[in-house]
Amino acid sequence: MVQEVMLRLCAGFVKTIELFLLTLAGAIPLGLIVAFGSMSKFKPLKIVVRFIVWIVRGTPLMLQLIVIYYGPGLLFHQNIWGMGTSGRFTAVMVAFIINYSCYFSEIYRGGIESISKGQYEAGQVLGLTRRQVFFKIVLLQVIKRIVPPMGNEIITLVKDTSLARVIAVYELIWAGQTFIKSDGIIWPLFMTGIFYLVFSGILTVLLAKFEKKLSYFN
Amino acid sequence: MPILEVKDIHKRFDRSEVLKGISFSLEKGDVLGIIGSSGGGKTTLLRCINFLERADKGTISVNGKVIFDADQHDLTVEQQRENQLNFGLVFQQFNLFPQYTVLENVELAPRLLKRYPDAEIRERSMSLLKRVGLDQKIDRYPCQLSGGQQQRVAIARALAMNPSILCFDEPTSALDPELTGEVLKVIRELAEAKMTMIVVTHEIAFARDLSDKIIFLDHGVIAEEGPAKQVIDNPQKERTKAFLNAIQK
Repeated sequence: MVQEVMLRLCAGFVKTIELFLLTLAGAIPLGLIVAFGSMSKFKPLKIVVRFIVWIVRGTPLMLQLIVIYYGPGLLFHQNIWGMGTSGRFTAVMVAFIINYSCYFSEIYRGGIESISKGQYEAGQVLGLTRRQVFFKIVLLQVIKRIVPPMGNEIITLVKDTSLARVIAVYELIWAGQTFIKSDGIIWPLFMTGIFYLVFSGILTVLLAKFEKKLSYFN
Repeated sequence: MPILEVKDIHKRFDRSEVLKGISFSLEKGDVLGIIGSSGGGKTTLLRCINFLERADKGTISVNGKVIFDADQHDLTVEQQRENQLNFGLVFQQFNLFPQYTVLENVELAPRLLKRYPDAEIRERSMSLLKRVGLDQKIDRYPCQLSGGQQQRVAIARALAMNPSILCFDEPTSALDPELTGEVLKVIRELAEAKMTMIVVTHEIAFARDLSDKIIFLDHGVIAEEGPAKQVIDNPQKERTKAFLNAIQK
């Protein structure tokens, strides 16, 4: 029994990790693009991007998941997500990546805007291009400043992955919960909690290490 | 022919006109001191010359070649960056790059712009750091240095791109009094080596000793200009006298 539970939980946990890693891989770069959009000097773009960010940050991720998965089918009679498990997984990924890139974009924006004008000007008077100033001078300073808030979001993401079950993506909590119905036991569900704790614990340690690595300058 | 010729520079921010037609010229190897009260336009003038602000009107020429003309808008970014490199600028707040060591700060721009072969960049950077007395601290980060040391690195960094004219924007204003001396000493040595410089400063005695020529900027106009000792010791205009009196009290 224990073995069977652990196997099922591990299968669910693999899905959870997949959701987690793919969301980060998508949202970390996309967030930067969104951040540039929200800081654009071209007003219409800036307004549109900030409006989208407001909607995404202002509504529950669960609602976004449901709308993104069922919306296209119900509104346009188009099943854009494809059939079965992989279709649902794609929809979850899209919803998560959009949601998290908006959160990340605000963190990036805060970080970028906190860098003093003097850093840009020092680069400019040395004849560097805007691209060089951003990538060689500003970026690492921004990264240093955003590690703590990004760490928060990343830990939140670990737990948000459980929302995927709303549209029947078989992740960790679902794996644990099935045993309540089938076998009348609750300890597998507690076990899922341990999985989350260990996972976020490891991330916390890694983030602290990274933060320390960047502590040589201020 | 003067190395630098600034003609009729005007600059307006919103409603206030900060520079109302500034013209002056500078000979190669000379030091120009710019003094005046806060808000008089000193820093704005320096920023216009260094392309950090775009003047609304006027021209700037280096060695007889017009490098900035407010009426001309078709300069490419490339050309503008090239023109900008005639000047080096040392900021009041140093603005060193915190994530790089002393040596990396000095070498960054020449390396990125591939100005010289790598070995030559290293050699030049080391000799510049030696010149500012920091060749023993090349592996330190800016946060490990005193303000005076940081400003000396900033001077070496500005010199690394080999500018024709080096500009200082109140280079000692952000320093503790006991640290100004080491920075002023470096600037003085540069003047003795015949570096062409423009120095915006509140240190009147220093400006007097260092400069060949002084401009007193007041409310966006040059209220008085002339040889340094004459302007400081024997000012002709009432406004200059009032300013010098107020500062010396």
